[in-house]
Amino acid sequence: MKIEEKLAIDAFKTDKETHIKINHEICRTKCKIKYCLFVCPGHLYSYNEQTDEITVEYAGCLECGTCRIACTEGAIDWIYPKGEFGVQYRYG
Amino acid sequence: MEKIDVVIVGGGLSGLACAYKLADRGLQVLVLERGDFSGSKNVTGGRLYLEPIKPLIGDMFLDAPFERKIVRERWSLFGEGNSLNIDFTGEKFRKTGHSYSVLRSIFDRWLSEKLMEKGVYVIPKYRVDDLLWEDNRVFGVKSGEEEIPASVVVAADGVLSFIGEKAGLKPKMRPKNYAVGIKEVIELTEEKINDRFNVEKDEGCAHLFIGDVTKGTFGGGFLYTNKETISLGVVVGIKAIMERAATIEAHSLIDAFKERYEIKRLLEGGSVVEYSAHVIPEGGYNNLSRLYANGILVVGDAAGFALNMGVTVRGMEFAIASGIIAAETILDAFEKGDFSANTLSLYEEKLKNSFVLKDMYNCKDMPEFLDNDAFFNFYPKYFPLFVEKVIWFGEGPKEKIGSTLWKELKSSGMLSFKRLKELYNIKNI
Repeated sequence: MKIEEKLAIDAFKTDKETHIKINHEICRTKCKIKYCLFVCPGHLYSYNEQTDEITVEYAGCLECGTCRIACTEGAIDWIYPKGEFGVQYRYG
Repeated sequence: MEKIDVVIVGGGLSGLACAYKLADRGLQVLVLERGDFSGSKNVTGGRLYLEPIKPLIGDMFLDAPFERKIVRERWSLFGEGNSLNIDFTGEKFRKTGHSYSVLRSIFDRWLSEKLMEKGVYVIPKYRVDDLLWEDNRVFGVKSGEEEIPASVVVAADGVLSFIGEKAGLKPKMRPKNYAVGIKEVIELTEEKINDRFNVEKDEGCAHLFIGDVTKGTFGGGFLYTNKETISLGVVVGIKAIMERAATIEAHSLIDAFKERYEIKRLLEGGSVVEYSAHVIPEGGYNNLSRLYANGILVVGDAAGFALNMGVTVRGMEFAIASGIIAAETILDAFEKGDFSANTLSLYEEKLKNSFVLKDMYNCKDMPEFLDNDAFFNFYPKYFPLFVEKVIWFGEGPKEKIGSTLWKELKSSGMLSFKRLKELYNIKNI
């Protein structure tokens, strides 16, 4: 089962505004390994070669906070989605 | 807004347990939950050990929606292509409700509804953004432009505790002190679960795995049976996965786990009904948050109350106990009419006299002990292999069993000073 298919099973309420902001300058200048690309359980981070930017599909965020902890350079500004938005677990 | 007695940030188990105890004594309590309902942002493995909290909970869990009473415990060492298991059941476990599997979205929601019947307001869809301060003391919370003044604030906002951070109580979150749990809930019929796990109706199994399940990285797998679902997942240390020589994508571990022969048969015909992830405190006693300050207490995961004991993992009973003990402290503070750190320090004293800080303290060396690759790639690899060598009958005559085992123990390095010292060090944990 692909990760996208797994995320499609979950219930999300997506805010127009992202709750994850990335400081691209830090990514470019300080971060070598880009942990976010492989630690995220939703596999939501990707690297855009053309723009030399890390992007995140915040709509599928499981709100675990792993990226926030793993981004030791502090490029990821991560807060909880506003009340009523984000993932809504039905089993948990 | 009018001043409230107690504002609890987070409607998970610690916050709800705290509110429950406070409501019993008629205090004005507000629980602020950011999800659509209590439990909607929570994830557990998981199971709840009931015995430690029985003296504290009173009637709180009367009619609680437990999934299954755990009567069968399994541990597996997963090698590459083989595995070795321990399967335990005991009459004592079947007769008492020692531990139960739970699903938090169902469990926490039920508890919050019970609270509302008691007159506690659990406000959903409400994210707290900041604290209110007055003369170096916490004086309530803030959400957007709305301010809610309160005599006491309880930070029950989970492992990432932004509130504990804003209060300056929480240590900086370092990758080595946290793991991430990635889980699937898989639907199966009740009968199939009973049959496949060899349990009676309403009885269940808890199963932990180490070794190949995390490709030798710090962490392990888990499986808990619920009424009509199975909770299956992988936990992996954040630092461990960051520093792994050969990069693996965290989300791929659970797929490989499910493909294992040992697991595949158990899940056959089941369908995935949820995919979730949650961070787990792994730092133990030495990475706890400070527990109180003027006008604020920290409970549950927010405080770091979770324990990886190797043979099992615990968290929810610590959350519930710390919530209740925080409530007791708050009740004392109201009697005194004083909410200073000095009065609230009683919380830590009480925790020290309870299993919460006693167990945390007794296991304080566990994180360091477990921070050893051998537990994840040496033992799980070689123990099944020893068995395989002993019980394999190939062409020609079989070598003597004892000498086969001895040879394997020696060549694997099991008898090296390093390994024996490791075993000897078990006495310290």
